[in-house]
Amino acid sequence: MSDTGGPPSPSADPLGALGTQTVAIAVEAPTQRVAPAAWRLLLRRPTFLVGAGILLFWIVCAIFGRSFAPYDPLAQQLLASNQASSAAHWFGTDPLGRDVLSRVIVGARTILIITPLATILGTILGTALGLAMGYLGGWFDTVASRIVEAILALPFVIIAFLFAVAVGPSVPAITVIIGLVFTPLIARTVRAAVLAERSLDYVPAARLLGERPARVMFGEILPNVMPAILVEFTVRLAYAVFGVATLSFLGFGIQPPTPDWGADVAANYTGLLAGYWWQTLFPALAIASLVVAITLITDSIEQVLAS
Amino acid sequence: MAAFLLRRLGLMILTLWILSLIVFFAGQIVPGDPGRATLGQFAAPSAVQALDHQLGVDRPLLTRYLSWIGGVLHGNLGTSYAYRSAVEPFIRAALINSIKLALLAFVIVVPLGIIGGVIAALYTGRGVDRVISVTGLSLASLPEYVTGIVVIVVFGVTLKWLPVTASAGQGAGVLSQFQHLILPAIPLVFILFGYISRMARAGTIEALNSDYTRTAVLKGLPQTTVIRRHVLRNSLLPTITVIATQTGYLIGGLVVVETLFNYQGLGNLIYKAAVAKDFAMLEAGVLIIGVVYVLATLAADLLLTALNPRLRTGGPA
Repeated sequence: MSDTGGPPSPSADPLGALGTQTVAIAVEAPTQRVAPAAWRLLLRRPTFLVGAGILLFWIVCAIFGRSFAPYDPLAQQLLASNQASSAAHWFGTDPLGRDVLSRVIVGARTILIITPLATILGTILGTALGLAMGYLGGWFDTVASRIVEAILALPFVIIAFLFAVAVGPSVPAITVIIGLVFTPLIARTVRAAVLAERSLDYVPAARLLGERPARVMFGEILPNVMPAILVEFTVRLAYAVFGVATLSFLGFGIQPPTPDWGADVAANYTGLLAGYWWQTLFPALAIASLVVAITLITDSIEQVLAS
Repeated sequence: MAAFLLRRLGLMILTLWILSLIVFFAGQIVPGDPGRATLGQFAAPSAVQALDHQLGVDRPLLTRYLSWIGGVLHGNLGTSYAYRSAVEPFIRAALINSIKLALLAFVIVVPLGIIGGVIAALYTGRGVDRVISVTGLSLASLPEYVTGIVVIVVFGVTLKWLPVTASAGQGAGVLSQFQHLILPAIPLVFILFGYISRMARAGTIEALNSDYTRTAVLKGLPQTTVIRRHVLRNSLLPTITVIATQTGYLIGGLVVVETLFNYQGLGNLIYKAAVAKDFAMLEAGVLIIGVVYVLATLAADLLLTALNPRLRTGGPA
């Protein structure tokens, strides 16, 4: 990370190591635009199809869930609380007698709104910062690198959590916090990719033609580091699910009674001791399936870009 | 070597200083004052003011930062708002508990991760590799409580093999403590497996493609000897860095696991401090995590430099 010598040190963020790893692969690939040919390659991969299928299922749930969920996810039936799965309630009911299946279906909405928005925000800011750090260099890069390093010394969840405590829980707050926390992570990856590009002939050529720094950065270098950014984006997407779900679990995300996977697990996990496992297991499995789906898609994109 | 060490130390201190600024000011943008949060909604305004004055939170921001950082440098981490006593004993006890849990996770995951990564590398691009890589990547981005709940349901509730709370209670023996820590360690093992196996895989692939490996194969050494003597020794270097830097994550990212299993570690302490708006405790706890991370990174750098002489004199790495 540091340009000032010394061995490279991976970040505190566990996915940092994965992020840089994938970039190394992506940068080696010829830097053409992702063409229809790449799409056809993707569609031929079974892992991509499985991942995309699961993701599509949850997107449908997020958009139309309320209309096909068997019950109102907020409707309480106190006489039918803590029921195990049955023909009436496939996933059982929670302590307030709400239908767990309906809450899982409708709960897809919040996480599927926050996750992509936060990742897009982080990618835009991180790309701009990383381009500036890598291309401008000098004191700007040194100062920015130090700050990025200091932020990365804390686990991602701790920083997000620190700011969530400070500004209070709300959907826009979590989106912005996760986006901002991703910024230094993405900036570091983009910076590394830009450093590799900067020494290629087309960059000095553009400069000699009299192009302004902003034009060189965004017009010339950016298109060439796009594959790296794309891979980084999908890796971060999985990690944003992790972040949103974790903040929700800790009570700094979606607030009850809105159905949300993380918040529902947090509300009901004490019931595990009483044997009411279905109230937490199904929302937890929903999170797991979303993460696995995004990972399968990421892995396929990486494979296609590397081939 | 001395110059290298000095530079690392200088950078480390700079990082810690920026970190202290971030931690302190993140704690200050909070609405509401600590006196009110501690005494509750119905306390008299005069009592709130008196407590704020006693805690020193009515002074200007810069004065507070200087007195806080001055105290930290003298080993005084501050006074808890909620407990009205020094935070240091709380942090120390929690840190020891967290280290126990983290140590157990490491002991399980390091050999597993390395073996998984090496196997994946030996079968690059084939089924085994894809399964290990995708599984590792998925496990690494699953929130700890998701895997935590699955293991509780399977091993604690259904099979009843292991206790589902992390604390063995007062005066419990080592074996009982160990037994209680197995379930909480599993989610941590899952998260770490992805990173360690990924690094071990990348390092092994690089070593397998190197000239010295080709020479070793061509001169007729048995495959196991080539892997043991030539590939592994080189491939595990980057893995050491990953393992060391994950300590920071482990000590800090324990928030979720410790909350789920109700274990009195540093993560749980920080979580409770945040909920109670006990910023003295929160700041101290977060700062300690940063210090642990920076020290672990430094240790990894030194270890790596000791093991790989090329890093000492070469240009920018």
